[in-house]
Amino acid sequence: MLFGVITGRKEIWIINDLGLFPRRIGGMMIALTPSRFAGPIPPLRVQKDILSVTQSSNSFSPQTVWMLDVRDNRDRDAFAAIFDHFAPRLKGFVMRSGTSAAQAEEIVQDVMLTVWRKSDQFDPARAQVSAWIYQITRNRQIDVLRKENRPIPDELTIDPEAAPDASQVIAVEQEAGKLKQAIARLKPDQRRIIEQAYLGELTHQEISTRTGLPLGTIKSRIRLGLEKLRHDLKDMH
Amino acid sequence: MTAITHHTPDALLAAYAAGNLARPYALLVAAHISMCLECRAALDAHHVAGGVVLDATDAAEISTDLKAATLAMLDTPYEAKPVQARSGIYPGAIMAALKGKPPRWKPLGMGVRQCILSDSAEGSARLLYIPAGRAVPDHSHNGLELTLVLQGSFSDSTGRFGVGDLEVADQSLEHTPTADPGVPCICIAATDAPLRFNARIPRILQPFFRI
Repeated sequence: MLFGVITGRKEIWIINDLGLFPRRIGGMMIALTPSRFAGPIPPLRVQKDILSVTQSSNSFSPQTVWMLDVRDNRDRDAFAAIFDHFAPRLKGFVMRSGTSAAQAEEIVQDVMLTVWRKSDQFDPARAQVSAWIYQITRNRQIDVLRKENRPIPDELTIDPEAAPDASQVIAVEQEAGKLKQAIARLKPDQRRIIEQAYLGELTHQEISTRTGLPLGTIKSRIRLGLEKLRHDLKDMH
Repeated sequence: MTAITHHTPDALLAAYAAGNLARPYALLVAAHISMCLECRAALDAHHVAGGVVLDATDAAEISTDLKAATLAMLDTPYEAKPVQARSGIYPGAIMAALKGKPPRWKPLGMGVRQCILSDSAEGSARLLYIPAGRAVPDHSHNGLELTLVLQGSFSDSTGRFGVGDLEVADQSLEHTPTADPGVPCICIAATDAPLRFNARIPRILQPFFRI
């Protein structure tokens, strides 16, 4: 719920039920903060972005707003906020796999640096921030454990000029929220199995017999986003 | 190109997302996802679930200087690890297993060729080149065998597998995959057993790595 908007010299602050957040998403702030950016402004594009972002971005989670600020504006304060939120959880998460506290902190630091350096790969239309960080963390843990790089899929190219699809971002966040509630409602032993699966403690045989997460709606939602992305990419060529 | 109809099973995707899949399988899953939008979306969904688990994890206390040390490193120049790009019919993950070079095919007889990418106690991965109409030779496997088609197609008792299709065959399946007419079929096959045992090393010493 949106409570109010404060316009500052460098950013707009939006107050909603989650707190007070700066909004500087994508090209939007070019129009709002000419002092931050030099160069000409393509007026039509910016108009469109303002419209889509002001209409719906107040529903983004704080983590998504921070991460977009890191990605699009290289904002250190936003990175610090991401660090404060995720680093303690990450350490706890990594230590659950039996990693020592000292090595866990090394992995946390590596992961957080990757978040900063590879922020261009963050795509909130496909997965929420914690999902992206989960993926980076598991890759890092396995590379450390095995001392070799695990096989990874080819990256989809993200068109940097494509307008952010706010409704898709919100839909993915909502699906993640629903899944979070569904897992929280599970009986402790069932929840434990889900945790074990994503901590890498179960083999694929064990997963096929013991888990059963309702991922169908998330999958179709993400697929819609990917199809749109593929469509946009086709238009480019 | 025909649509992909045989996908990566959910349990394999979840184990892949969690990093708990034997490396030869992980290679095929990564290659399949490179070719299949549906499984890419499904993998993202597993990351969403993993992210939920991460978010629900109890926070551990971190050292007071970790944040400052990390922030101080943001401007440190670093070299991004080179990522192997797709080349021709081979997704990047397979090109990485080939160390960036074209496959070095070895004849298996009847025009069939293979190129072994890995062969260890953890399992094996190999490329197979099968001329049209020929069958895959020596086709016994103990555990699960995954086969991903990269060019052409093959058929067996369970159906037809075209480019991007992933066949999942457990040991109960007795099948004779045969390349369909047309271009030669090139596929990659992975098992969780080594292709052959070295008689000098007792089996008990060949550890089965779960990660």
